Amino acid sequence: MAVRIIRQLATTKQNTRHYSSELKKCTLIPGDGIGPEISAAVQKIFSVAKVPIEWESVDVTPVRGPDGKFGIPQKAIDSVNRNKIGLKGPLMTPVGKGHRSLNLALRKEFSLYANVRPCRSLEGYKTLYDNVDVVTIRENTEGEYSGIEHEIVDGVVQSIKLITEDASRRVAEFAFKYTKENNRKKLTVVHKANIMRMSDGLFLRCCRDTAEKFPDVKFEEKYLDTVCLTMVQDPSQFDVLVMPNLYGDILSDMCAGLVGGLGLTPSGNIGINGALFESVHGTAPDIAGQDKANPTALLLSSVMMLKYMGLNDYANRIQTACFDTIKEAKYLTGDLGGKAKCSEFTNEICNKL
Amino acid sequence: MLLIRLNPLRILNKASATILTRNIHITPAVATLTPRQTNRVKCTLIPGDGVGPELVYSVQEVFKAAGVPVDFEPYFFSEVNPTLSAPIDQVTSSITKNKVCLKGILATPDYSHTGELQTLNMKLRNELDLYANVVHVKSLPGVRSRHTGVDCVVIREQTEGEYSALEHESVKGVVECLKIITAAKSDRIAKFAFDYATKNKRKKVTVVHKANIMKLADGLFLKSCEETSKLYPKIEFEKVIVDNCTMQMVYKPQQFDVMVTPNLYGNIIDNLGAGLVGGAGVVAGASYSADCVVFEPGARHTFAEAVGKNVANPTAMILCSANLLIHANLASYGEMIKNSVSKVLLDGKVRTKDLGGQSNTQEFTYAIIHNLKPLSI
Repeated sequence: MAVRIIRQLATTKQNTRHYSSELKKCTLIPGDGIGPEISAAVQKIFSVAKVPIEWESVDVTPVRGPDGKFGIPQKAIDSVNRNKIGLKGPLMTPVGKGHRSLNLALRKEFSLYANVRPCRSLEGYKTLYDNVDVVTIRENTEGEYSGIEHEIVDGVVQSIKLITEDASRRVAEFAFKYTKENNRKKLTVVHKANIMRMSDGLFLRCCRDTAEKFPDVKFEEKYLDTVCLTMVQDPSQFDVLVMPNLYGDILSDMCAGLVGGLGLTPSGNIGINGALFESVHGTAPDIAGQDKANPTALLLSSVMMLKYMGLNDYANRIQTACFDTIKEAKYLTGDLGGKAKCSEFTNEICNKL
Repeated sequence: MLLIRLNPLRILNKASATILTRNIHITPAVATLTPRQTNRVKCTLIPGDGVGPELVYSVQEVFKAAGVPVDFEPYFFSEVNPTLSAPIDQVTSSITKNKVCLKGILATPDYSHTGELQTLNMKLRNELDLYANVVHVKSLPGVRSRHTGVDCVVIREQTEGEYSALEHESVKGVVECLKIITAAKSDRIAKFAFDYATKNKRKKVTVVHKANIMKLADGLFLKSCEETSKLYPKIEFEKVIVDNCTMQMVYKPQQFDVMVTPNLYGNIIDNLGAGLVGGAGVVAGASYSADCVVFEPGARHTFAEAVGKNVANPTAMILCSANLLIHANLASYGEMIKNSVSKVLLDGKVRTKDLGGQSNTQEFTYAIIHNLKPLSI
């Protein structure tokens, strides 16, 4: 009897261990410009940290589909749909070629409804603001970016901002859940309902309704202009912010500016069918291939990804190694005022692991 | 040879002397020390909501002490207090008549009992066609802030765009909000911005847009600015996407000079800029139509939580009133008040709470009055 129980225990233990060390597949979109370099850096750090992830690298260069329009290759779509999780480097949006931006297409394809951007002051890289710790959560599918525009008569253009109850409620619920799960204290909804009384009013109402379901999260309402004014004076007043599309775009970039730019801020897109984590900086074609790029944003995005997958130990180890390297300031890349190469920075992080 | 050259000069000198003795009106090149104005200037006054009445009172005290020949025509005008508010046509006809107005901030609630979508502010702007809002964001000496040497002007179109108040619920739970951009109004604000830059000897005009997403609407605005820029070859022209603009503003605001924006982005950048140089209490602004000007603080906050506490900073309102005086051809008074404000701020002995001091509104106002000194040119 006892032997049987012990044997059973042993086997279950073995089973769980087997399960946890099972390789999870994850789609990697290296991107353009500096994308491949920083993706390689992240892959290297992951292999040193022995993260149980198998990368599936795909190319998303637009191809002509059967309908004659350019779009994402089916293979890439299948990969993300299968793995439900992806990491993406910067993509170049060709200007003025008539097709939709790839970023937008990816968002639409995977119904990535919420964009999460944590901005935190990094020790070792001094900016004018040193007490920033805010997370912006942005509705990602509609609003001003609905893409519905037309010229009514010559010289009169009408652009439609679309706000729906479903999408607003969905992002509000996500925001409250995020605030609670990450032990943050306060959620602020950013709106302009005094001017756009119906559309922003609807968004605001959805947030208010959801707030009732989360009584332990402190909830407050602020006008967009007030948030801008206060944010640059005292960013410590804010914690988690939730807002419609355009405001989120503007505020998340502004918060990134407070902590030192897009090269240091991670970003995650949460969707119904999966999640895509990305670095939001540009492709920097001028330094592409020269081993000068800073992989921090993509690395921190991958840390967000690990946390999303529940691999918190790995996430924390990599994050600490990264922050320590920046704090020591021995191997900083050019954008942070250092002289180190991307590979040196990466090696230093690997050493710290 | 020399004689010939001197003679006409002498003749000219003589001529001007005779003109003077004959008492023919000539405008003096230099303003006299204390101009005696016989014609008093009339000015519409809208105290607004929140701390507005307190700030306006402080302006009136300063005007009284400086002996400014301005008569105010006060109107209580408010959206949150509709029963007491003066009707809009009375206010607009007063402003149209006087051509100048000093205005506090009107509170805009996010609901309306009558279901109206337009706010009172929008109505006033549309009625008077106050199309250009100008906010000069400038670091003030003596005001501590993270950034120094900020000096940019935000010019905002404020009669269309997102503030068109055209919204409808197509089906339940689906709301459409229209943003209208027209070529005529975009051309007009672009021209205003370039003219402003030319007149004030600024070097660069930056258009703020989001034409990568709103290709038609912001595209039209951008195109208008691009075309107008070709007519002003001496002024540098630059384009920046709004999210990048806010990032650059918090990172290095000194790179901007004159900025021209559609309605909502202007609102964002005004407030952001105000935050960079010391807050809503210190930045003055003005809204222009073709024939009248409304002077109002640059960042629009009613500061309702401070009503009656005597803590609000009147600097923005007093600077607005000084700009009004300069506009109304009472420049010496305007400059006198401005000098006094900058002296008080620079001394830093009397500061309101928002600037890290302990003084109240009244003490600050009195400090400004004590420092009023007639200009010596």
